Parts: sequence; structure tokens; C-alpha cells
Amino acid sequence: MPILEVKNIQKSFGKTEVLKGLSFSLDKGEVLSIIGSSGSGKTTLLRCINFLEIADEGEIYVNGKRIFDGNSAKNLTDAEIRDNRLHFGLVFQSFNLFPQYNVLQNITLAPSLLKRGTEEEIKAKALALIERVGLSDKINNYPCELSGGQQQRVAIARALALEPDILCFDEPTSALDPELTGEVLRVIKDLKSADSTMIVVTHEMEFARNVSDKVIFMADGIIEEIGTPDEIFLNPKSQKTRSFLKKDIETNG
Amino acid sequence: MSFQQVSLSLAAGFLENCRLFLETLLFSIPLGLIISFGSMSKFKPLSFLIKIFVWCIRGTPLMLQLFVVFYVPGLLFGVPMRNRMLAALVAFVINYACYFSEIFRGGIESIPRGQYEAGQVLGLTKAQIFFKIVLLQVVKRIVPPMSNEIITLVKDTSLARVIAVGEILLAAERFAGKGIIWPLFYTGAYFLIFCGGLTILFGFIEKKLSYFKA
Ligand SMILES: Nc1ncnc2c1ncn2[C@@H]1O[C@H](COP(=O)(O)OP(=O)(O)OP(=O)(O)O)[C@@H](O)[C@H]1O
Ligand SMILES: [Mg+2]
Repeated sequence: MPILEVKNIQKSFGKTEVLKGLSFSLDKGEVLSIIGSSGSGKTTLLRCINFLEIADEGEIYVNGKRIFDGNSAKNLTDAEIRDNRLHFGLVFQSFNLFPQYNVLQNITLAPSLLKRGTEEEIKAKALALIERVGLSDKINNYPCELSGGQQQRVAIARALALEPDILCFDEPTSALDPELTGEVLRVIKDLKSADSTMIVVTHEMEFARNVSDKVIFMADGIIEEIGTPDEIFLNPKSQKTRSFLKKDIETNG
Repeated sequence: MSFQQVSLSLAAGFLENCRLFLETLLFSIPLGLIISFGSMSKFKPLSFLIKIFVWCIRGTPLMLQLFVVFYVPGLLFGVPMRNRMLAALVAFVINYACYFSEIFRGGIESIPRGQYEAGQVLGLTKAQIFFKIVLLQVVKRIVPPMSNEIITLVKDTSLARVIAVGEILLAAERFAGKGIIWPLFYTGAYFLIFCGGLTILFGFIEKKLSYFKA
């Protein structure tokens, strides 16, 4: 049974149709990369999956259980939406760390508020996560004292602290200086070896090619092409995919 | 008139200023917060009415509002205001709540949406997000404009003399009536010392909050 199944998701803002019916599924431990040009709806898709936007139509299943149905979306209570969100974690392009909390507090805040164990358990787990993202020497630092790459690694640890079924990334490295993208991508790669299930929206084609099990190419609010990295990068079937990849090679070498 | 006698008499007046100052703060800050939530309400008629009200209060002199609160109940309902201090307090609270509400609204609206969304994807409730994530960032941002407004309030309290509240300037004017002018200038010292203390306090708060950037 797939850990995540998305069926026919649709979303419009006013008259603009942004997502025009997308379906895909993801197995436990798989990494899905989503690529596509600007404005194709990648962020909107992640936001619908994380319930930051409520899709107009479609269904979402996690572990076989339907957690979203467009027909009854209006009846979702705040509490149900919060419960649904906890299946997912989201790492933002702009980190969005809480500036008044230090690294440790950023990670422990949500688990303590959600009463996910005793304070000692929560702290021990947070420290382990901080070590995993390589920031053990920054535990007491505030976000303004960290580089972008370090902030993004804290954001990843913060999302992991709630043990989401699926961790989503929205262009996790595109706000970073080129020399800092490596350290963040390395952390994501490590997570893959630890069998985390992930969805990564990215412009890093090398990364998508080497790390993912599945790649989706999005264009104009639909899935133009879905396949293994080899299928998408070596043998793209769609003309749109081909010209997108060609353009990417021209601009990024 | 000895210097000491004048000092004591002015101090008694200044006590009224301090009382008006503290009570105004005590009531206008919570009221301002409520008004700011109202002005941000998604229920358009409410936010519209509140914006009109804030516009009226901020667009007319506080002195006029003092007269309105003091005289209008008597003119309209035949129940004259007897308690001058209470009338002054009501006018000050309404006036300052409106100014504060605009500062609060600006502060709350300046917090990036990403802060709310980061809290949302961590499964936090609206209240948890407001109190645990947003509030301190808002406080940090509004300390400078609030300290300006609060220091203005100290000096505005002397306006209460227009409805004959026995505050420090009224006390000094009594001396002036008897031909002794210097106490009038001497009142400045009281305000200067009080505002100096407040400036130090706000500097301290700003420094306390300078450990993070928001
Ligand atoms: N809240 C919104 N209101 C109106 N339109 C929106 C909103 N959010 C997104 N859109 C529109 O939806 C379209 C898709 O936006 P989206 O951010 O999902 O694209 P994207 O694929 O993530 O692009 P990028 O690569 O630039 O991040 C865009 O045309 C955008 O203008
Ligand atoms: Mg995007």
C-alpha cells in the first residue's frame, strides 16, 4: 500500500486554475522530486498537501486512509486540519525559523506544545536531531547568528522532530549561496539512506537525478511527465520536458 | 511662598498627572488590542466601523474629546459629569486606545506570513501560534513607537486642566494668578524627570529584546 496517494487534486485562485487535476502515489522510503518551470504550480501542490491551502477537488490518502476529500472539504474543522498536517512536514525555501528562540528551542517548541513526551525526552531527541544535521556546536545560537545553510538544517531538524510520515521540501536550497547548497543537500541525502519518505521541489537537476526514486515534471498545473530519474533525464517522452531540461542545461551548465 | 511650599503643591498636582497616566495605560492597552483585532476582522462591517471610529478619534483634538466627554452627558441626558478625573480618564483611554490600536495592527501585520505557516505545519493552534511565536516579535517591533506614544501621554495629561482637573499646570496657574510666574516654568522639571525615567526604562526593554532580530 502506498504511504501517500494523491488523486485528481485541483486548485484555483479566483479564476486562475493553478492545479488542474494531479494524481500520483508514493511508497514508504521513496524520494519524489518535482521539477518544472516557475509558475507551474509546484509550491501550490505542496501547500495543498500540507493543508496550507485547501484544494478545491480531489482526494488525499495516507497509509490507505482518506484524510482529504474535496467534496467535504468545507466541513473540515480546525482540529482535523491540524491532525492532517501532522502526517507531513514542510521545509520552506525561506527557512522561517522562529527568531526569538535558539536552535534547541526552535526544535523543541512544537513537540512540547503538542506534549510529545516529557521535557527530557523531547530535549534528548532534539539534541540527537541537531547532531544529525551537524549543528551540535550551535545549540544555543539564535537564527540571526547562523548562515542560511545552517538555518535550513535547523528547519529540517525542526520538521523531523514531529516524525512526519512524509517530509516535503519547497526549493530548500534556492535562497542559499551556491557554496551553501551542498551541506543542505547532503542532509537530505542522509535522510534518504535512513528511509525517510520525501517530496522535494527543486531546481537542482543533479540532485533530482541522483537522489530521487521518482521524478515529476510539472507544466501549467498538470503532471506533464512522471517516471524514474533515468526516464525523465535521459529519455524524456514529452516535448515540454525536453525543452525544459535543455533550457536548464543552457542556463546552469 | 517658599521654594519648598511651591514644590510640594506642584508635586500634589503632578500626582494627578501620574494617576491619569497610569490609569490610562492600564485601560487603553487592552482596549487598544481589542480595537486592533476588530480593525483586522474579516467581518467587513465591523472593521469598517472601527476604522471610521479610529479616524474620528485620531482626527480630532484630544482637548475637544475632553469637552465632549465632560459636557455631553449633561447636555443630552441631564446628568452632568461630577467626577472630572473620571471624565478625563474616559477621554484619554478612548483616545490612546485608538492610537495604540494602530501601532498594534501595524506590528501584527508586519510579521511575515511564513512565521504563521511554520507554526501551522507544525500542527499548532491559532492561539499557540499567536502567543508562542508571533507575540514577542510584535512586542519587539512596537517598543519604539509605543515609547514615543507613551512619552507623549505623559505630557498630554496636563490637557486635563481644561476641564479643571487639579493637575500640575493648573496648580502652577494658581500661583501665576497671584503674580508668581516662576512655578509655571518649574513644572517642566517634573515632566523632564518623569520622561527621563521612562526613556531609560524603554531603552532597557529594547536592549533586553535585542538578542534576536525580527
Ligand atoms: N495565493 C495565491 N493567490 C493567487 N494566485 C496564486 C496564489 N498562489 C499562487 N498563485 C499563482 O499560482 C501559480 C503557481 O504558483 P506556484 O507558486 O505554485 O508556482 P511554482 O511552480 O512554485 O513556481 P516557482 O518555481 O516560481 O516557485 C502562479 O501563477 C501564481 O501566481
Ligand atoms: Mg514555488
